Amino acid sequence: MNQDVVIVGGGIVGCAIADRLARAGVAVCLVERDVLGGAATAASMGHLVVLDDDPAELTLSSYSCALWRELAPLLPDNADYRTTGTLWIARDAAEMAEAERKRTRLAAAGVNGELLTAQQLAACEPALAPNLAGGLRVAADAVVYPPVVAAWLARRAVAAGARLRCGVAVSAIGDGEVVLDDGSRLRARHIVVANGCSVPELLSGAPVRRRKGHLLITTRLQPQVRHQLVELGYVQSAHGEASESVAFNVQPRPTGQLLLGSTREFDAPAGSVTPRLIARLVERAVEFLPGLAGRTALRAWTGFRPTTPDHRPLIGPWPLRAGVWLAGGHEGLGVTTALGTAELLAAQLLDLPLPFDAAPYAPGRFTSAVASHVH
Amino acid sequence: MSTDVRLRVDGVEVVVPAGCSVAAALRLAGHVSTRRALDGGGRGACCGMGVCFECRVRINGVERLGCLARVADGMEIVCDA
Amino acid sequence: MRELSTEILVVGAGPAGIAAAVSAERAGARALLVDMQAEPGGQIWRGQWNNATDRAARRWLTALRGSPVATRYGLRLVDFAAPGLAVFDGADGPLRVRCERLIVAAGARERLLPFPGWTLPGVFGAGGLQVLVKNGWPVAGQRIVVAGSGPLLLAAAATLRKAGAQVLCIAEQTGAADLARFAAGLAPHPGKWLQAAALRGRLAGVAYRCNAWVERAEGTERLESVRLRAGRSVERIACDALAVGFGLVPNTEIAQLLGCELRDGAVVVDVHQHSSVAGIYCAGEICGIGGVDQALAQGEVAGRAAAGSGERPRALRRDCARSARFAQTLRRHFALRDELRELATADTVLCRCENVRYADAAACRSQRDARLQTRLGMGHCQARICGAAGEFLFGWTAATPRPPLAPAPLTCFTEPTSDPEPPAQESA
Repeated sequence: MNQDVVIVGGGIVGCAIADRLARAGVAVCLVERDVLGGAATAASMGHLVVLDDDPAELTLSSYSCALWRELAPLLPDNADYRTTGTLWIARDAAEMAEAERKRTRLAAAGVNGELLTAQQLAACEPALAPNLAGGLRVAADAVVYPPVVAAWLARRAVAAGARLRCGVAVSAIGDGEVVLDDGSRLRARHIVVANGCSVPELLSGAPVRRRKGHLLITTRLQPQVRHQLVELGYVQSAHGEASESVAFNVQPRPTGQLLLGSTREFDAPAGSVTPRLIARLVERAVEFLPGLAGRTALRAWTGFRPTTPDHRPLIGPWPLRAGVWLAGGHEGLGVTTALGTAELLAAQLLDLPLPFDAAPYAPGRFTSAVASHVH
Repeated sequence: MSTDVRLRVDGVEVVVPAGCSVAAALRLAGHVSTRRALDGGGRGACCGMGVCFECRVRINGVERLGCLARVADGMEIVCDA
Repeated sequence: MRELSTEILVVGAGPAGIAAAVSAERAGARALLVDMQAEPGGQIWRGQWNNATDRAARRWLTALRGSPVATRYGLRLVDFAAPGLAVFDGADGPLRVRCERLIVAAGARERLLPFPGWTLPGVFGAGGLQVLVKNGWPVAGQRIVVAGSGPLLLAAAATLRKAGAQVLCIAEQTGAADLARFAAGLAPHPGKWLQAAALRGRLAGVAYRCNAWVERAEGTERLESVRLRAGRSVERIACDALAVGFGLVPNTEIAQLLGCELRDGAVVVDVHQHSSVAGIYCAGEICGIGGVDQALAQGEVAGRAAAGSGERPRALRRDCARSARFAQTLRRHFALRDELRELATADTVLCRCENVRYADAAACRSQRDARLQTRLGMGHCQARICGAAGEFLFGWTAATPRPPLAPAPLTCFTEPTSDPEPPAQESA
């Protein structure tokens, strides 16, 4: 069967693109090898956050968060969308100065942030340790449960006419077609590769590396935390090149559970939980939230983030093959930026006006590296 | 099991035979359901062997399974943990 | 955090674990035996520690008392901080145990299947109510229906009756023909046959119905009655408790977390009870349901092998072979009937922890899909109950367990700061 577009990968990015294109009247087929939202999407905290340390990231994440706010009223209850806000926590004067700079950068993009003194921080989140310097509260940030949203977007796409194939993998990309692992082929004018960490399996040389992360969730209890709490040092952990890093990042779930992050590891091939990193993650969290020590851990798990050399996603045409598009490499921001990614990719693919400059995300920015890898 | 043990369940003192499980003690004290499920329904001990976690209660402030724990003098048990 | 070290760590102090630990010591090794219950015996020998009435239990529990095996009770294995470093959680906080070799004898749990009303207080596992009663749960004068499948129903009913309960009936879902074949199959196992006959004797006057199963449990705040189906007829029976179990499921979580290979829901082991992972032995029900004789034989083999005494005496080899044949007989004749898949209605809770409806789970592609979309199996029991049910209902493969194996204080996962305790043997 022919379609205009085959999308490879039913994570939140692939589902958002399928939804966007199907509702534009495009004949779409979404192919997922296992279950919707089951890989990086399922391992994400679902923190919808504006990040500002890179102008391109600020543009994409603030644009996407606005789209999330538009979508929120339509989402089902079990998508668990909550406007918790983000509380960026400063431990000392230097980090407080960083909070101030962050506030200025966010304001320039139209995102409001409120600086909190130590006293205001304590009043805002009494469970935090008493020795902190203050923080920055970004009230519009939110949290969501990503696997449910991914499946919901896919269902909305299907309602708009998209086809959904789950349980079958794409084994290769040919000219104007994808080869499935059952031997069949799907022909399409455009092929969108959005399969997260598996992008290089289909597009040789695509500069996507896996970066492992650990998460831990507690049992249900009366919520003691209202905001998503993140230490200001988080960005350093996220964007640094250290082979292993841990940052305080805690999210209150609507269930009363606390979700504890976050760790980052390059070159960790196995998906199993590393007790040493869980220990670091818990110890870090207890430094900021001393009361956590008395809580009960329910489950720990890991996942892999797809990263690129410059920590920006790859959204746009794949330079080495006509008709192939890439939407991947979102690292830890795939859920936040899924909706914006879908808009940007759809605009390029359908030749519509771009919502913002696509150049910073163009996969072609790595072409020379890719070409040398392929040869 | 000749001697008795005194403990408190939700603040009320009860006397039960030594050697029995906390789950049994709760039943002896008249508690049929010891926890509320997410839909508000009552739940009580079920698997008896530490698998289903239905009989979880707070014992001296810590969440424990009633079917695995033994009663002890002075124990403070809180249901609906 | 407290820390111990031992040569061989045995997890689970049922027949397999006791035989393993005692045999390991006899073969010259140091062993530490740990169980989450308050005393040794596992499920089958529950209550025998202080008052052994069973011959095998008396023999092995006496052996355990007289052996230098170190023991720790009331501790549940929740994680491994490193290979050979087990983390337990107990009332006194976490305990770490360093070991050179590990014997997992985690036993089995009951398979519970969903039907309307199965979450009501007063509905128990069959073996579940039996062990509760052995630890003082009062049933005297209560009207109890025993239902489900397998020889365990007889043992449970006998215990309940001895404790003063009025057992209204035993409903076995298996047909009469299969039961007769099972009984005939017991011929090569005189011990089992005698046991069954003795149980039947203690249950004189109790109705035993084949081809019968509970369709629904009724009551508002607690169980008040059950609807029992036998062939085409349905009967409402007023009762105070329902003890219902559908056979046993190996507790493979620990072995799975360590990467041991599984086949048909049981751990794969060689003739020395060695798993696919170096230094990890498994014995008893986790290697496939087979009863106490198999557990003892396998425990002995595992203990000797882990202690470096790889030779298996002829008598032990014979015990292993005989008990394996019995296990096969058991599996063949108590297969669950298809009607049991139809008991749950759309609104019946399937995942008891997260209150996931049957219909919501049934709409999913796999257990993993159901986890992600409905929270099935994401609560306290970590899918121990709904996972085994989903396997039977939908043919789902259970997801790989993730640490901790049971909810545990966050302090179990931080690095220890205190000094290690002295070796287990000295403080035992």
